[in-house]
Amino acid sequence: MEIGQIIFDKKLHLTRDSLVRYAGASGDFNPIHYRDDIAKQVGLPGVLAHGMLTMGAAISPLFDQLGMTVIDYSVRFSKPVVVDAETGAELKVSAEVVELDGNRAKLAIRAVFNEQTVMAKSFAWVENAKTE
Amino acid sequence: MVNPDIVGKTYPATQPYLVGREKIREFALATFHGAGSPSVSLEASAQAGFPDLVAPPTFAIVLQQQSLEMVIDDAEAELDFSRVVHGDQGFSYRRPIIAGEQLTSQLSVESVKELAGNQMIAFLTKIFDSNNEVVAEATSTLVVRGG
Repeated sequence: MEIGQIIFDKKLHLTRDSLVRYAGASGDFNPIHYRDDIAKQVGLPGVLAHGMLTMGAAISPLFDQLGMTVIDYSVRFSKPVVVDAETGAELKVSAEVVELDGNRAKLAIRAVFNEQTVMAKSFAWVENAKTE
Repeated sequence: MVNPDIVGKTYPATQPYLVGREKIREFALATFHGAGSPSVSLEASAQAGFPDLVAPPTFAIVLQQQSLEMVIDDAEAELDFSRVVHGDQGFSYRRPIIAGEQLTSQLSVESVKELAGNQMIAFLTKIFDSNNEVVAEATSTLVVRGG
């Protein structure tokens, strides 16, 4: 692992099904994540993905494929991810190594929707990073 | 509007939450983990040296949510959840959460600030195992939209 290295760069396709599935898994049943009428009523541009779904999905390739332990992960939700009923939403997620400290690495986690970053100041510290 | 007097308030610890293997799997699949994830596959978690499935990095939100329910139900707090959007979220783990263990969480209100007609409420939630050792800390800021 070296500074500047891109650990993963992946496209994820979110659909309304993804939101319903996440609502059930997490217990967050805020209707702005599945009802167009309510989303509109409270002044949102449409049904939104849960911020926590974006945060969780954005780091999943790391946890899955490289066997690293995440010891710290924080994000700021800077833009909403609007999930269209028919076409869904495409989320681009990536991670770049920005700092190394012994067997720990700091990664910048990025999530981009509609060419705009939706998570600002998003970093994860991981441990036992494989060095290949 | 949220009552600023709740700053500094610590809510009681939640009832013990048993971390189920299938709950971890459900949460992992909902957050786009693949079949080979140590949160989905017992073979993968064993290979990584764990006795059961390992919770995904954002799983502690489930515990935080349980504590947050206490704030929503607290008449003194006056938190209208329908006006809430998520501002930021952080997790700091002392160790991974493993299926089969029992956890409790306890939330404190760190600050209530006004910004451009909205309110920002910051919480700190500590998650404890059955030996009362801290497993993780979750920090969260909710934005309550004015109007």
